[in-house]
Amino acid sequence: MTNSIEELADSNLILVTGSNTTEAHPVIALRMKKAVRRGAKLIVIDPRKIELTKWADRHVQIKVGTDIPFYNAVANVIINEKLYDERYVATRTEGFEAFATHVQHYPPEYAAEICGVDVEDVYYVAREYANASPGAALCYTLGITEHSCGSHNVQSLANLGMLTGNFGAYAGGVNPLRGQNNVQGAGDAGAIPTDLPGYQKLEKAPIREKFEAAWDAPLPKRRGMTKITAMDQMIKGNVRGVFVMGENTVVSDPHANHAEHALKSAEFMVVQDIFLTDTARLADVVLPAAAFAESDGTFANSERRVQRVRPAVEPPGEARTDVDILLELFKRMGKPQSMSTPAEVWDELRRLAPILGGVTHERLDNGERLQWPCPTEDHPGTPYLHADEMDSGMPGFFAPVDHIPPAEEPDDEYPVLLTTGRRRSTYHTGTQTGRASGFDLLVPHEMCEINPSDAEAWGIEEGDTLVVSSRRGSVTVSAKVTERSPRGAAFMSFSFPELTRTNDVTSDAVDFITETPEFKACAVKIERAAEQNPEWRAAQRGIRLAGEVRMPTQLREQMPDHADEPVMADD
Amino acid sequence: MTTAPAPHSAGSPVANPINLTVNGVGVGVPANSRVLDALRKAGFDVPTLCYDERVGPKGTCRMCLVEVEVDGRIETVASCTSFAAEDQKVETHSEELKDYRKTLLEMLLSETSAPKKFPESDDTAHSEFYRAVQEYDAKPGAVPLLERRAPAPDPNPFIQRDYDLCIACYRCTNICNEWEQAGAITVDGRGQDSKIFSFFNNNLLDSPCTFCGQCINTCPTGALTDRKLAGVDPHETEQTKTVCPYCGVGCGIELVTLDGELVGTKPDFSAPSRGSLCVKGQFASWEFVKSEQRLKYPLVRRNGILERATWDEALDLVAANFKKIVDEDGPDSIVCWASARVVTEANYLLQKFARVAIGTNNIDNCSRT
Repeated sequence: MTNSIEELADSNLILVTGSNTTEAHPVIALRMKKAVRRGAKLIVIDPRKIELTKWADRHVQIKVGTDIPFYNAVANVIINEKLYDERYVATRTEGFEAFATHVQHYPPEYAAEICGVDVEDVYYVAREYANASPGAALCYTLGITEHSCGSHNVQSLANLGMLTGNFGAYAGGVNPLRGQNNVQGAGDAGAIPTDLPGYQKLEKAPIREKFEAAWDAPLPKRRGMTKITAMDQMIKGNVRGVFVMGENTVVSDPHANHAEHALKSAEFMVVQDIFLTDTARLADVVLPAAAFAESDGTFANSERRVQRVRPAVEPPGEARTDVDILLELFKRMGKPQSMSTPAEVWDELRRLAPILGGVTHERLDNGERLQWPCPTEDHPGTPYLHADEMDSGMPGFFAPVDHIPPAEEPDDEYPVLLTTGRRRSTYHTGTQTGRASGFDLLVPHEMCEINPSDAEAWGIEEGDTLVVSSRRGSVTVSAKVTERSPRGAAFMSFSFPELTRTNDVTSDAVDFITETPEFKACAVKIERAAEQNPEWRAAQRGIRLAGEVRMPTQLREQMPDHADEPVMADD
Repeated sequence: MTTAPAPHSAGSPVANPINLTVNGVGVGVPANSRVLDALRKAGFDVPTLCYDERVGPKGTCRMCLVEVEVDGRIETVASCTSFAAEDQKVETHSEELKDYRKTLLEMLLSETSAPKKFPESDDTAHSEFYRAVQEYDAKPGAVPLLERRAPAPDPNPFIQRDYDLCIACYRCTNICNEWEQAGAITVDGRGQDSKIFSFFNNNLLDSPCTFCGQCINTCPTGALTDRKLAGVDPHETEQTKTVCPYCGVGCGIELVTLDGELVGTKPDFSAPSRGSLCVKGQFASWEFVKSEQRLKYPLVRRNGILERATWDEALDLVAANFKKIVDEDGPDSIVCWASARVVTEANYLLQKFARVAIGTNNIDNCSRT
């Protein structure tokens, strides 16, 4: 995020797009709700009628995969009505003229047609967003990035942020909400095929030389493979060895059959994890690791805040911390390291990564709140980026982008567009929430959310067992009939892989720059299964999705009354 | 273009300080501070049974009343709702105020069955009310006990409500309706009959409750508790401050352990998340850690089957195979995948391992999947 979570409560306007915030980031949603209560405007632009729309001044229900024409048209209005920040554009950006010409190809009427929205929605969003700027926050997440044009989607939003002077504005910014507890930290640490720690480009010789000196080793000059490329290369036999730390690739990656096939093709695979996941089952060596509650170190959150992780208990059996295991492996590879504790590892990282230079475990333990960039030990950290100039030191560049439809669109054979995402009470592949007592009462199994009129047309009722198939695979799942899904579109999460491995169905298309998979759009057909699962139907009754009120049900009346008994975790 | 209004919440730039005295102690506070902020900054405290800073002042419990000298006249005001002013003189513990608080607490005691329910081992973190009762020496029975309506049972597995301890401070309904804005609970009845209620037979599973647990954590009496912690004596537990293992918000949590074993989670109010959590952080952040299905020993594949091995065996096998592959096909025939779930330090080591020990930039993480 360019800005801080807390600042959102002070925004003049919050534009949320491709983020089901109340479910995927509930505590960020609290700041949005606070802003609305204060009088700020909230605009939600999303194909689904998500819970957050209850708080919104306007919900613009665009079609899946039509973000770029929509935001180009918004830019068109902002420029043609001279609502943009001329001074900011003149002093802090480049490429405005070309961009202004480019968006003339996206008049509001044209975009509204592509996006399936009222043309007035385009004018509304443009005027409200520009007039509330600076100090209007744009928030997005995987609904923007998980497309084959994801990086261009992001660019279309960044263009709006620059037009309105929101980069560098308190309570403004363009804010990707990060999905996992330490996805930010993994990037910060340099676990990226193109970047050394601290986002320093390895293809720059002086950067590489600095690291070569510090690490006393020659470094490979060529950028590495992304996960997606690596899997293709496994199948071709060019990648023979794989080391996977804490990731259930087989279940979480798109086109799961392909991922599984790839990993099986690798000659030697090591998985370091806390459970014998579907991915670990394919490994040649499985290394038992400590969980977060047994580990010492740091996580970096979505707002670039480094926070301390502290062990509360010992790892089970012979399991060891990730840091210990890796240090041991260095030794066995003939490259012993002088570091032995997480604090020493952090110190090496911060000395090499200027953005983290001033962050120490000690400062964090003393209660200091530090967001990078924090270059020196007397630096207070940076709540929002680009304050006086763009963080890169260069002017912000308007990159014209064009509409690219999803790689796979519905057709006669596969007429429904499936989007995958998250629900509040389940998480990713279910290895954690699936083991929490009581959670089966909230969402007991996977559900495919479809619109009531589609359900009627297809002869499907709530709780029916469905077969959802795509060109890549098929899964069985129970039906959830809800207005949240627009007509012709369906939604599923991927948290119940034992019975419904959603990613058997998803598309293997990826963003052509970042290789982020297109989880948000694939074409499927949905049929009522020949064999119905009565247990699913029973459990389904009364399951409430966020934003809906659950009615009392027969199921719940039959539940034993254990109001006075403690419900303890079954171990 | 309009300009953004001046930021006005925590973390925003500080305006000129206001100077006042509390019980004779001078203190400076930012503009728009409440008297409550000033008296706490000066090192004093008063009970605040209806106050949660995330929702803001309500001024309904009247426990935080203080005396403020205005134009030579003494006024009694609720310190949570009144703004601090330059040269103000504030008195927090006059005999009259102490008497007043004691009487109020005795009235609240009459609404509860608290005397029976305050065992010595009660959770002090949930007992602001009990601490106030002790501090002001309020006596149960000074005001006759009120009869309370028996609530309908609520079989949800997360939140336990004990009406015998409820003092109708409405912190739980305020946090639910104004902060989480779930609107799951409300006040039913009037006067002495009032009680907290959720629609549809008082069954939270049938209400819009998101089970974020905010109500538990704001309750000042222990009327609301975490069912997963039921039966755990809080005096015997230890708390470890850390970060929630779910999404990228990074809410602060405290892991609760008893004899070296995880038994629950509480929010860390000192963290930037200000004690807020969602259902996952509150109720699902520890059971998976102590699952019997955790991997406890290294495994290696022998004759196609994963079998238990020693660490030496497993690590040597990894090193030998990686060396062999590098020798035969070069370092780029190996890939390493880091994790968004593990600490940054381990991610740093894995990318260094790929680049230095193996010699490849084939290091990626799940940020793109």
